[in-house]
Amino acid sequence: MSSIHVTLGDVAASVALVAVALAISLWERTHLEGDVLVAAVRAFVQLTAIGYVIKFIFDQDELIFVIALIAVMVVFGALTARRRARRVPHAFWPLLIALAIAAVTTLGLVVALGVFPATPRYLVPVGGMVIGNAMTAAAVALNRLGDEVADSAGRIEATLALGATSAEAVRPVARRSLQSGVIPLIDSTKTTGLIFFPGTMVGMLLAGAAPVDAVRLQLVLLYTLLGSVFTAALVAVLLARRNFFTPAHQLRESAIAPSG
Amino acid sequence: MLFALDDLRASRGGRVVLDRFTAEIAHGSTAVVGPSGAGKSTLLRLLNRLADPDAGTIRYRGRDLREYDVLALRRTVTLVPQLPCLLDGTVADNVAYGPRLAGGDADVERALSLSGLGDGFAGRRVGELSVGEQQRVMLARALALEPEVLLLDEPTSALDAATRTGIERTLLHLREELDVSYVLVTHDEAQAERLCGRIVRLP
Repeated sequence: MSSIHVTLGDVAASVALVAVALAISLWERTHLEGDVLVAAVRAFVQLTAIGYVIKFIFDQDELIFVIALIAVMVVFGALTARRRARRVPHAFWPLLIALAIAAVTTLGLVVALGVFPATPRYLVPVGGMVIGNAMTAAAVALNRLGDEVADSAGRIEATLALGATSAEAVRPVARRSLQSGVIPLIDSTKTTGLIFFPGTMVGMLLAGAAPVDAVRLQLVLLYTLLGSVFTAALVAVLLARRNFFTPAHQLRESAIAPSG
Repeated sequence: MLFALDDLRASRGGRVVLDRFTAEIAHGSTAVVGPSGAGKSTLLRLLNRLADPDAGTIRYRGRDLREYDVLALRRTVTLVPQLPCLLDGTVADNVAYGPRLAGGDADVERALSLSGLGDGFAGRRVGELSVGEQQRVMLARALALEPEVLLLDEPTSALDAATRTGIERTLLHLREELDVSYVLVTHDEAQAERLCGRIVRLP
């Protein structure tokens, strides 16, 4: 595979497109200029920093650094997702455990099946992708769970009043929350190649890889993502739903208080 | 004596609604009356442990409420909430839900007929029912558990006068037909007199 070299000048040139976004935002008074600027600057700083971190880890070629990086990503992912799940009491731990399980099982599986060798060059990018997507799915699922429990409090209590356990009472709500977490990825997986080209494939084609190789690697990653996203959303919902209830199967009053 | 409530304090939404409250509730039919915010619904929720008091004790048939298995207690002392909130599906699905949780079968037809719903309701989807019919299904699914006590939280507050009269007639009929006690929360003194042998007043 030939590799391409992108200069800082090339990056600077692509900023022209950010300027287009800013111009449109100002023109249409969407008041998103600040957000666009912050997003563009953060992307530059964070990606540059992680670029050096990855370079360091590749140079060291030690698995312990990979594990440390993945652990840090899991913690930051859980902290970020927690902000989306404000209405879920103590959402951090369910999210942390969900992301950790999703990362360990999917990475463990692809290595065990011999899809990728257990080296930093494979584990770091795949781990980052898995955790990023798992975080989004878990955050969306718990965001929905918090809203749904508050909205369905009457129905949940009516079900508890018939002698249902808290798990039984919250089951319909938990199911809908899980669906909302994973449906975006299922939809984008369905349309992949038709109305959008996923990032890995684009990256490999740009880097000069053969289209068939690019497609195969993309498929491996898509399937890995499907598994990890389902795992993360399921574990997050299963663990978080308990936080709404007392051990005596009572809906906690704090859990149904309006947010904000 | 069914319930002995001793020196209860309970809060709802961060506000103390019951303070140093002591009362007894006997077999038969008891109304709990009082103005809005007096803690009527809160009191009902304490009786089947949907909530616990901040202080004080509640005894049911002489035993502290917390000594009972909470799920079994709720099948014995069953709450019918103020507003109908049924599960998606048919009337029969809803009526059979509680007994099925306990691993048993439900006599759906009997529960429906006790609640004043005739044949043909079992297969109806709950979305097609009027509010009054939904309220009767709420009653039926509580009765399907064959409880010792029904806790009725303003069961007619969402209904028009004609429907209310129908539900009241059903409740009076239940009192004669079944060996079931009920505790009825209402803000309507006249309804309390019509339906209940005893009245507990909240300040």
